[in-house]
This record gives sequence, structure tokens and C-alpha cells, in this order.
Amino acid sequence: MQEINKKNIRIWSRLGQRGTICGVALPEIASKKENCYVITADLAQLSSLERFKTIYPSKFINIGISEQNMIGVAGGLALEGNCVFATTYATFLTMRCYEQIRHNLGYQKANVKLLGSSSGLAMGMSGNTHYSYEDIAIMRVIPNMIVLSPADATEAYRMVHMVSDYEEPVYIRLSGALNNEIVYEDSYLLEIGKAITLRQGQDAVVIATGSMVIETLKAAKLLEEKGISIKVINMHTIKPLDTEILESISETNLIITLEEHSIIGGLGSAVAEYFSSKKIKPRQIMLGLPDAFLKPAEYEYLKQQNGLYAENIAAIVEKNLEES
Amino acid sequence: MTDADKEMIENITIIANRMRKKALKMALEAGKNGAHLGGGLSCIEILATLYGGIAKLDPQNPLWKGRDRILISKAHCVLAYYTALYERGFLKEEDLNNFEKNGSDMAGHPLRNLEKGIEYSGGSLGMALSVGVGMAIDAKQKKRNNKIFVLLGDGECEEGAIWEAMMSASHYKLNNLIGIIDRNHLQYDGTTEEVAGLDNFTERISSFGWDVQEVDGHNIKELWNILKNYDHKKPFMIIADTVKGKGISFMENNPKWHHSQLSLSQYEQAIKELDKENVEYAGNQ
Repeated sequence: MQEINKKNIRIWSRLGQRGTICGVALPEIASKKENCYVITADLAQLSSLERFKTIYPSKFINIGISEQNMIGVAGGLALEGNCVFATTYATFLTMRCYEQIRHNLGYQKANVKLLGSSSGLAMGMSGNTHYSYEDIAIMRVIPNMIVLSPADATEAYRMVHMVSDYEEPVYIRLSGALNNEIVYEDSYLLEIGKAITLRQGQDAVVIATGSMVIETLKAAKLLEEKGISIKVINMHTIKPLDTEILESISETNLIITLEEHSIIGGLGSAVAEYFSSKKIKPRQIMLGLPDAFLKPAEYEYLKQQNGLYAENIAAIVEKNLEES
Repeated sequence: MTDADKEMIENITIIANRMRKKALKMALEAGKNGAHLGGGLSCIEILATLYGGIAKLDPQNPLWKGRDRILISKAHCVLAYYTALYERGFLKEEDLNNFEKNGSDMAGHPLRNLEKGIEYSGGSLGMALSVGVGMAIDAKQKKRNNKIFVLLGDGECEEGAIWEAMMSASHYKLNNLIGIIDRNHLQYDGTTEEVAGLDNFTERISSFGWDVQEVDGHNIKELWNILKNYDHKKPFMIIADTVKGKGISFMENNPKWHHSQLSLSQYEQAIKELDKENVEYAGNQ
């Protein structure tokens, strides 16, 4: 693993989460791990896997446009004692082959790391077939599955290195495209299953994941100008959920969960599930995508339309603090 | 054919007869839970041949890397599978007695357990051929010369994922992958032809770049010869022509016995039929 320094952080940000993982991290992992494979479904070039393929041709499999088969083959390779990274767009990776994932990875604990790229609305004009706003929900409900959602390219890079030593199946939800905005300017403590408090505050808590972490940090600055201080938590691990940090905020007046994912079944739901049985619990506002197929548009436009941007987050915090 | 071959075939025939009787006993004891009798009895000879001498396996060292992998894709055939694992020394009498008992691992579909020789969990059709492709690719990469056998149902081949796997197997030239289709012609709702227009297996699978051979799936001599003298450059599919419910007159070719309860009187009649058949077989030798 390379040093986490400003130069690398800038480079990885330009490559985006997928480009950093597939183009940089996976060749590094293959260089130290004899028993590993990378498999994709006709998305090698687009995923920046050409370098990996050139350096490690015997560890690379392009199975063609057959995602169900890809997960089956990955399962077979994994059951033979290999660590397997399987990647394509998050929508096809999690949905076309859902039962193969459940049966091979969940049920039989095959050591496959699923790298779902362009999650959420990142595919813009390609439309709803290419959006994935259900993936957190459907992946976290599978027993034995770990679900990760990195906030920027550096976090994605570190996560994939970390889970390469895990035996368990993992889903890593990659968001954004190229030029992934930087959340972490420097090295920091990262542990799977331990959320990170990026900013302290007293008035409310915003728990965000993936692409929404950077928007929340921007919202926090806007609110600060108005004298409102919010605590910002990066919930980079959706499963296992960090219940310790949730316990620590259980007496907060207001929490807001935020994700580029449906409001059904994602981070917000996971947090609400935790608090549901508690006597003392905070009021929770769930922000995310509506239960609807959206009219295809550019990525940034879609985020604006659905309120997933700093100014709106700040406004919602402010409004709800006034009401409470 | 050598004397050793003849002896093996003779031995496998005896094993198959024991398996069929044990399978019926397990079904009887499953009581109201019932069991998949039809598709279990159709592949007794196939699994007896694999476990009775073809496959390289070591029950004393079940994790041996060089073992042949046997994946049961039509996983409802546990009556044949568990009894074959018992004959090969992976399962104990006690395991068979636990079949479909609450709290036991011996469920109606197998659960992966390498210590017990169970390579892959089953229950959802169309899954295992892709897994076999992955295992075959790894064996080639690591230069192991073990084979990967995958037992498929004919109705199961209506699952598209099977054909995706077939395409990959020929693309990667996996001549260490051997599929066996238990071609008993029946699925839940009728024949494979009536339900889904599924026929011409040989032609279809050949066109996917596999070597294909049809055999009588109840003829142990044929199964032995084809598997023993294995020499292929391509992945190899055996279409084993079988009879669903084979060996029991009232079950044969009767879709009602796909999954059913077996009464004591039916069990006794079935055993009587098998004993008569065995006497006739012995008389013909």
C-alpha cells in the first residue's frame, strides 16, 4: 500500500474511486497476494483494469456480459482458497446476479469482494437501468455480507487493501465518477465497522455515507456561518453498523441521515432500525432518493433535483431545528 | 476391458443396489416431510460410478487439494448423493439417520461441508456449473490435474446461467470440467419438451463448443467406460439417459414422485421389487 500523502490523495481523487481501486490498488494487492483473481463482465477498459490485465494476465478474467456467470465463477475460484475481486456497474453487479451473490457469497461465505462502480445516480444520462439506489438495501440484508461505502477515492483505496486480508464476502459501493472530491486531506485512522466523526457540533448530527459526506461537510460550513454547529459522521461501514457511535448520539435532539440511495432500506433505515427499540431516541430525518424512477438527466442536475447538495442539507437542518 | 475394470463394475453395481435401498429407507423415515424420490433414483448409477471408483477422493483427508471436485447442481437428488457419500466413507450411518431431522445438517438440499465431502451447497438450480468453471480455471492455473464433475438436471438446463457457464467453459478450454446431465425427461410440471421445449441436448451443447456423448445412465458399464477412458481437449458433457424413479414400478416416469411421502406398504413393495430384480441380475451373471 502506498503512503497516504497529499500528492497521492490528489492523484487518486482525479482517478475517482473506481479508477483508483482498479488501476492502482488491485495491481498492488496482486503483487503481494499469490492467490487472487480479478474478474469483470466486459468492463475491463472502462474500469481501468487494462493495467492489471497486462501485468497479471493469469489472474485476470473477463467473463463477458454474463454477471450471473461471473459471480458463479468468482464463487468457484473463491471456494478454492482465492481472494476474488468482481467488478462491474453497481446496478448489474448487485441486481442481475442477486441470487448468485446470496447463494455463493452469503450462504457459502465465498471470499469474493464485490466492487460496484458508479452507484447512485452517477450514470446520469444512461438512465434508471444504470442507476443503483437499491444496492445498500439488498446487499445488507444478505447474512454474512459486509457493506462498505467509501467517502472518497482515498478511503476506497484503503478499504480495498484492508478487505483483501478478510476472508468474508464484502460489497464496496463505489460512488462518483472521475475527479472524486476529497474528504480526507491527510492520513487518518480507518477501521471497518468504526464510523468517523469528521466534525464536532452540538445542535444536530448528520450521518452521511459515500458521496454525501463531502456535501455534509460543506453544509456544516454554511451552518457555522449562521451560528449552528452540527456533528458530521462518516458512516463508511453500513454493515456491521457502528452501534457504539449511534449509542453515543442517542440523546441528540435531531439526527439527519443522508445517502445517495433510496430512502427505503439504506443507511437511514439501518440507523432507524437500531433506534427503533430504544426508549430514548433522537428524532430522525431521512434524506436520500425518493421511491421513484427518476427522469434521466446529468448527475449534478439529478443531485440538485433530489436535494442532495450542501445548501439544501443546511436548509433542512435549520428548518428542523426551528421546529423542534 | 480388463479384469480390474470388470471387478469395479461388479462392485459399483452392488453399491448402487445398496444405495437404492438406503434411499428408500431414508425416504420412509423422512415421514411426512417427504423426499425427492424420482430425481434421486434416476441418478443412483451415475453417483455410484463417480463415488464408487471414478473420482479421486480421500475420506481420510477430505481437504486434499488434489481431490476431484463433485458439484451437485440438481441438489434435490440428496437420496442418491448422501447414500453415495456414505458408501465412499464420508458420511456415517448416523448422518443418514439424521436426514431431514430438525436441527441436523442433513437437509433436503446439501450444505457445503468439506469434512463430509460436500463440496457445494445446493437448492437453487442453475448455480453450480459456473462454480465448476471457476474451480476448473483455478485447477489449470495452479497446474493441478484434478477433475471437476458437475451433476445437472435436464429440467435445470432451462436456467440461462447454465448456458453462460457452458460458453465460458469452452472459451477457457476447460477439458478438466465434466458435466453429467441426468436426462430423465421429467420436471415438476411435465416433460422437459412439454414444459419448455427443451430437447436436442447433444446438438445444443455441441454448438457451445463441448464434446458431448449420450449414454444409458443406468448402465454402469457404459458410465464406467466413458469416464475411465476420458480423453478430451474440450469440456465434456455426458447426457445420461435415465428414468425418473428408476427401479420402482409405481414411481418410474411418474411426475407425482418428484417429491412425495413414502408409506410403509409402498416401501415394502419397493424393496420387494428391488430384491426380485437383484436375484434376476445375479442369475444373469
